[in-house]
Amino acid sequence: MNLWLLMFIPLITGIAILAASGSKTIKWISFAGASVQLLTAVVLAWLFWGLKSSGITDDFVFQSDLQWFPAWNIGLHFGVDGISVAMILLTAVVVLAAVLLSWNIESMTKEFFFLLILLSAGAYGFFLSLDLFTLFFFLEVAVIPKYLLIGIWGSGNKTYSANKLALMLMGGSALILVGILTMYFQFPPGNRSFDLIYLSEHPLLPDVQMILFPLIFVGFGIFTAIFPFHTWVPDGHSSAPTAGSMFLAGISMKLGGYGCLRVATFLMPEAAQQYSTAIVVLAAIAILYGAFATMMQTDLKYINAYSSVSHCGFVLLGIGLMTKTAITGAVFQMVSHGLMTALFFGVIGMVYERTHTRRVAEMGGLMKSIPFISAIMFIAGLCSLGLPGLSGFPAEMTVFMGGWQRTETIYRAATIAGCLSIVVTAVYILRAIGSTVMGPLRNEEYLKFGDAAWNEKLAALILVGGIVLMGIAPMLLYKLVEPATENIITNIGGK
Amino acid sequence: MPDLIYILTIPLLPLVVFLLLGIAGRNSFNKTGGYIGTLSMLVSTVLSLQLAYGYFFHWGKVNGVYQHFIPYKLTWLDFSEGLSIDLGILLDPITVMMLVVVSFISLMVHVYSLAYMKGEERFGVYYAFLSLFTFSMLGLVLSSNIFQIYMFWELVGVSSFLLIGFYYQKSSAVAAAKKAFIVTRFADLGMLIGILIIAFQAKTLDFTLLIERLGTPGSEWIQQAVQAGFLGWPVISWGLLLVFVGGAGKSAMFPLHIWLPDAMEGPTPVSALIHAATMVVAGVFLVARLFPVYTFSAPGVLEFIAYVGVFSALFAAIIACTQTDIKRVLAYSTMSQIGFMMFALGVSGYGGEEGLGFTASQFHLFTHAIFKALLFLCAGVVIHHVHSNELDAMGGLRKDLPVTHICFLLACLAISGIPPFAGFFSKEEILLAAYEKNKIVFALALFTSALTAFYMFRLYFKIFWFKAFSHHGHHKEGSPVLLIPLCILAVGSISTGFIPFGNFVSGDGKPVHTSLQINFSIAPVLLGLVGILAAAFIYKRERSGGNSTSVIYMITKRKFYIDEVYLFITKKIIFNGIGKPAAWFDKNVVDGLVNFSGTITEKIARSIKKLQSGKVQQYTMLYLAGIIVITLAMLYFFNRI
Amino acid sequence: MMEPGLYHILFLSTALFFTGVYGFFSRRNLITILMSIELMLNSVCLNFIAFNKYVWPGKLDGVFMTLFIIAIAAAEAALAIAIIINLYRSHQTIDVSSGEEMKY
Repeated sequence: MNLWLLMFIPLITGIAILAASGSKTIKWISFAGASVQLLTAVVLAWLFWGLKSSGITDDFVFQSDLQWFPAWNIGLHFGVDGISVAMILLTAVVVLAAVLLSWNIESMTKEFFFLLILLSAGAYGFFLSLDLFTLFFFLEVAVIPKYLLIGIWGSGNKTYSANKLALMLMGGSALILVGILTMYFQFPPGNRSFDLIYLSEHPLLPDVQMILFPLIFVGFGIFTAIFPFHTWVPDGHSSAPTAGSMFLAGISMKLGGYGCLRVATFLMPEAAQQYSTAIVVLAAIAILYGAFATMMQTDLKYINAYSSVSHCGFVLLGIGLMTKTAITGAVFQMVSHGLMTALFFGVIGMVYERTHTRRVAEMGGLMKSIPFISAIMFIAGLCSLGLPGLSGFPAEMTVFMGGWQRTETIYRAATIAGCLSIVVTAVYILRAIGSTVMGPLRNEEYLKFGDAAWNEKLAALILVGGIVLMGIAPMLLYKLVEPATENIITNIGGK
Repeated sequence: MPDLIYILTIPLLPLVVFLLLGIAGRNSFNKTGGYIGTLSMLVSTVLSLQLAYGYFFHWGKVNGVYQHFIPYKLTWLDFSEGLSIDLGILLDPITVMMLVVVSFISLMVHVYSLAYMKGEERFGVYYAFLSLFTFSMLGLVLSSNIFQIYMFWELVGVSSFLLIGFYYQKSSAVAAAKKAFIVTRFADLGMLIGILIIAFQAKTLDFTLLIERLGTPGSEWIQQAVQAGFLGWPVISWGLLLVFVGGAGKSAMFPLHIWLPDAMEGPTPVSALIHAATMVVAGVFLVARLFPVYTFSAPGVLEFIAYVGVFSALFAAIIACTQTDIKRVLAYSTMSQIGFMMFALGVSGYGGEEGLGFTASQFHLFTHAIFKALLFLCAGVVIHHVHSNELDAMGGLRKDLPVTHICFLLACLAISGIPPFAGFFSKEEILLAAYEKNKIVFALALFTSALTAFYMFRLYFKIFWFKAFSHHGHHKEGSPVLLIPLCILAVGSISTGFIPFGNFVSGDGKPVHTSLQINFSIAPVLLGLVGILAAAFIYKRERSGGNSTSVIYMITKRKFYIDEVYLFITKKIIFNGIGKPAAWFDKNVVDGLVNFSGTITEKIARSIKKLQSGKVQQYTMLYLAGIIVITLAMLYFFNRI
Repeated sequence: MMEPGLYHILFLSTALFFTGVYGFFSRRNLITILMSIELMLNSVCLNFIAFNKYVWPGKLDGVFMTLFIIAIAAAEAALAIAIIINLYRSHQTIDVSSGEEMKY
């Protein structure tokens, strides 16, 4: 399958949006583009699966290499392994849901949907690239439009949040850029390359790795809300429009996790081993600290944003533990958290459109007035607290199981800290749900609310479908991801 | 062994019903949902009974030993070499026994609810939740993998949450549901870590392999596992202790019992099913499932379990004497009876005469499920009749509710251990096992057993005697649908004691010889009768004045202030001590640093922006000065120009 | 009478240049500033011619460069005067300090 297809579809959709007029047309074009992209992603997964089961052992398949800037040996080198396929599927699902939940955007529709599609194009390019330069390029494409999305269509303290988000993420990007340029210039002129496969075959000297690894890991880590660089998460998420929050939490934070794994750990195995304790400790702090900070939040979006900090801690924990099981768990957690948090933000958006408040204390008894939305919120919450049958459970358990195989005390302690968060998660999720969905009906006005419209229902069902599918059949994802993690583990010499 | 794949339908049928009613229950099946659920439950029950019959009487026994069967297994999620979550079915005596108990009690509750919950706005949803619970519980008892049991454990927890919070508009119900979920979740944390430890030591999650490795005396696995120590105890003991903590959470053992009384906020049939007969004995089931491992890898933990069990039994019995809410009394009595089951396991040995405690524990689980469900369902009828949970609102109801009265009396006699009712047989075995192993436990248990008789009859007399007849009788006792389950369960309370349980269920699969020792039984029965007489003396007639002011009474009435202690820990320590500082730290320190770096940048920019004055001549001047400086510098450093 | 040498011319051009610099810094009138710039340019031209004549008499590089500067200066003067006229139209003055809006 030609991976260019995955880039062309968003591109064509974007151009069509620019050419079209009328808000309805634009929405339908975006919807069509996102649906076709989802179909393509599913076909990709299907073909990938077929290829893998036919015994192909290449790490990256469907490769295509196009010289983009020959003078510097920069190429648009595309290729996928199981992790990328999983991430692309996630992106396609989340973007489709985000488009559906933006159906009520009426101001500057064209710009909004164009930026949304542009963001998704950036994410696809990021997950497809095997060339560090284009990877970086697409990373930036997936950052900058977010500034506009929050700044223009956001709510609350949006200028501040947009600035903070853009600056912190750009700061992370700067660290990454330094790292990849150093990798590039380690070779004599003529042999220089940004190519991931080439770089993995010619690793850096361990001393250089020790300097570069923190740069790149922290750079990507900022995207994944590594402690203490996580403060863009709550502000950014809470100010963004619904689709923006969904994209931000569902996909942007995964860009970081994917980068940590693909660029930092994969290319600098020795340093990764050395720094693994530090990563694990930071991740454990993020998990517990995020969870405890969530307990005190009163705004639904803040609750979910802080819980994202906690949940993304599991991604970093899995990567830092560096066992095959744990890394598989980290990928699981990325997919699971992407779906679950997109659903949660989506449903918060639906509630907000009706109640015009996001403060937990001002709501109550929504189950009575909007049962469908309430049920969806319930499912999102249960997934967040790791209920078996939904996607959070296999993800977290895989991380724990992988963590316990490292016998050193510090890893065990971090794993136990991770386990501890399941209790705290239960506390804040039930507090939030108990006082919004359940409880006495707060306001008679609520009874006049209409339950979910078709677009909201469709979006919720798509995401819930993903969550449930992963929850009851994690082996599907496992089969997709396992060869890729195996490859990473052999490269970094872990267990 | 016949083809056993049909066993899958036993748990899957409720799951299908849950999905059907969960999705469409609100609209399409709101009226008919109950019948769909009940019918499917009937099929499940029949299949379970048929399975039990086949297992116990036909193919289950090979060479006089009941075998383990694994008719179905699916690798659900691989972790690494040897470690995987398998969804499978494990059949052995306790599984089959639990299947019967769960499906049978669930069927009774389904039938009862048809009348009890009639006219409820969310009737269909109620049955959806009931089905979800039944599915989870059946899955739990069928589990062949320790992680599988953990999964269903969580599902059971969440369905319990949903059912306790069924009246979601009542704040107290929501609070109780949250409390139940969070407390058990906290216990599950222990269980999860315990599972991680055990999985690491045994390199497997599969029950059969686990028991083979860690539950066989003298195996090299045990020797390895015992060697690794942590804080002066073998790691494996810690693991098993933590698994027991999980069990203690679900089974409401002290000090994790605080959720159980509050859980009575749920509809009464739910209390009967979940919080009396099935879910709360999951902890007992878990310990029984891992019993060989406990016996051979960590006997110390087993002893600990015995003390926790007997203490909880006594503690709950004391509190039950002073509660005034009918369901809360029953809740504490449930906790007390589970304590009996727990310490019976704790004092048991593996196999032979030693293994009496195991059999007794399972026997008591079986009989208790029946008579406690009966008590709750009777309480439901009473509550329906007087529209209150408070004992003060009741009294003199024996004419109003004749059938309920008889059923309640039978159940009370059964729980008090009066021959020939069911509880007598199982409790005697437990006491006998304790007597042979540990005299302290025995003494406490004997006292608790007398106390049980006292508080149960206190309840009985307060409901059905106490006052003169008071005619609440604006409606009758209720429809036959309500009373049929009562009668069936009452028959069960009388007859199940005569089942020769030791022949079927034992730790090692071989029959245990159980016989009644009349000499031994005299003391407990006499003490039970004393308790009943005392209750009759105090509570049969209304009398003025009371002892309700004494300090001990007050402390007991407030449940020894355990709730307050918990409230202090959660509100004061966790929220104010950890949560608030974390949030504050995030807002002020971490975010403060981010904002600070922004402010600093701005300050610097502000201070140097004056240079950009807009005066062309000033710019040129600076430019010129710059050139001069550079020229001089080059002259100085390079000396070339 | 002494034949004027390279140093004399360089002295003259330096004096001319700093006269221009002084004028550039001290005047407020844009026309005068423009004139000062022309003075500086001319001093540079003078330098080119002088070096050409005294250092490399056989070459014409300095002359070419001077012609080039004259041409550029003409264009620059035209541009500058256009700007000045526009400034006058909008601000009714050609005081250099009146065009200070482009700051910070």
